[in-house]
Amino acid sequence: MNSVHDMGGMDGMGPLVEEKNEPVFHDEWEGRIFAMNLAMGAWRKWNIDASRHARELIPPAEYLRMSYYEKWVAGLIELIVKSELVTRDEIESVTPAAGSVKVVPALTADQAMARIATGIPAKRNVDAPARFKVGQRVRTCNMHPMRHTRLPRYARGRFGTINRDHGVFVFPDTNAHFLGEKPQHVYSVCFAARELWGAQAEEKDSVYVDMWDEYLEPA
Amino acid sequence: MSLDLSPTHQHEHDNQAVPSDPALRVKALESLLVEKGLVDPAALDALVDAYEHKIGPRNGARVVARAWFDPAYKQRLLSNADAAIAEMGYGGFQGEHMVVVENSAKVHNLVVCTLCSCYPWPVLGLPPVWYKSAPYRSRAVIDPRGVLREFGLELPEDVEVRVWDSTAEVRYLVLPERPAGTEGMNEEALAALVTRDAMVGVGKVFLSKVVSAA
Repeated sequence: MNSVHDMGGMDGMGPLVEEKNEPVFHDEWEGRIFAMNLAMGAWRKWNIDASRHARELIPPAEYLRMSYYEKWVAGLIELIVKSELVTRDEIESVTPAAGSVKVVPALTADQAMARIATGIPAKRNVDAPARFKVGQRVRTCNMHPMRHTRLPRYARGRFGTINRDHGVFVFPDTNAHFLGEKPQHVYSVCFAARELWGAQAEEKDSVYVDMWDEYLEPA
Repeated sequence: MSLDLSPTHQHEHDNQAVPSDPALRVKALESLLVEKGLVDPAALDALVDAYEHKIGPRNGARVVARAWFDPAYKQRLLSNADAAIAEMGYGGFQGEHMVVVENSAKVHNLVVCTLCSCYPWPVLGLPPVWYKSAPYRSRAVIDPRGVLREFGLELPEDVEVRVWDSTAEVRYLVLPERPAGTEGMNEEALAALVTRDAMVGVGKVFLSKVVSAA
C-alpha cells in the first residue's frame, strides 16, 4: 500500500540527529513492548510480514508522530485483537474476560533464547524457477497494490541489473495476508542512481534493492 | 485465518488504542497478557537482557577484525556470510540471511531500510533511533552523500557510493576499510577500533579512535 512508511526519496523529514552513547532502550517500556512482540509471535498467529503490515496500517499522520516503539505498541495491539488472542474490552479494562481460560505461555525464558539463536528463516528449500540470472537487465513492475508489498515506490517501473540471486524466499505480498508463502527467488537488483533520481544524482552511484521474482520483468 | 488486516477492514482499525502514556499502556498490556497466561514475564526479562547486554555491535566488530586479520576468513565472509558469521558464534533472529559488502578506496557502501527498519541484529544489536528515523529512511537512497556529510564523512567524487535498501529478509553488514597504521595490531585491538556506524556505512574506522579513548 502507498502509505507513508514507504518513504525512500521523500523530502522534508528534518535533520539527522545522532545521539551519543545511546542506550538500547530509552525507557523500560520500550524493552517490554519489544520483548512482548517477540514473545507473542511464538503463538504463530501471524508472521513477520503481517506484523510489518500491521504497523503500515497506522494512519500516516500518526505513523510520523509516533516513536518506533509506539508503533510496536499499536501494531501488537492490532495483531492480538485481530487474531483473537485478546479482546479490546480486555485491553481497555486490563482484565481477562469472565470465564476465559488461562493458558500456558508459548515461550519460556529458555525457549526465548533458543528462538533468537535460531531465528525464523525466510528462505525455503524448494525448487522455484529463477526467471532471471546475474547480469541480466530487468524492469520492475509498475504496480500499486492496496495490500502489503516490499517493492518501494521509488523503484517501480525502473530499469536495473540483477546483481546477485539470494535464493528462494517467502513472498511477503501474499504471506502478510495469509494467502500462502508462494516461495520465489529474491535478487539484489542494482539501479543506477540516475535511473531513480535523474541528473541530480552522482553518475557513478547506485542503489541496490532486494526484489522478488514477481516484481520483475525482462528488459 | 481470522486475522485480516487488508485495507477493506481498516475502518475497524482503532487508534484510540494508541497509548497517550506509553509506559502506563505497556505496563497494563503486560499485566493483562501475563494474567491470561499468554506471556511469561521471565521470557520478557531474558529477551530484554539479551539485547541490552549480549547482542550488540561488539559482535560485528569481532567479525570485522577477524576479516582484517585473516584473509581466508575475509574470503569466506564475503562469499558465504551466514557460515562465516556462525563460525564466530553469531546468528539468528533478524540475521538469518546475511550479506557482507566491502568498502575500499573506490567503493563506499551504505545500508538502509526505507520501508521499515530492518537491521542485522545478531551482529549489530538493535538499531539506533537515527537509523529508524524518517530523515534517514527517506534520504539515504536519494542523497547518500548528503547523509554521510551530516555524519561528518565527506566522500571524494571519485568514490562510488552503493546504497543497500534492505527490502527483503537479507541483512547487510558493511566491512569497513582497515585503517593504515594498524599492521601490527592483534584481533582484539582491531575490534576495539570498529564502530557501529562504520558497519552501517555512515562512518569509517580511524586509528585515532584508540588515541582518544586511551
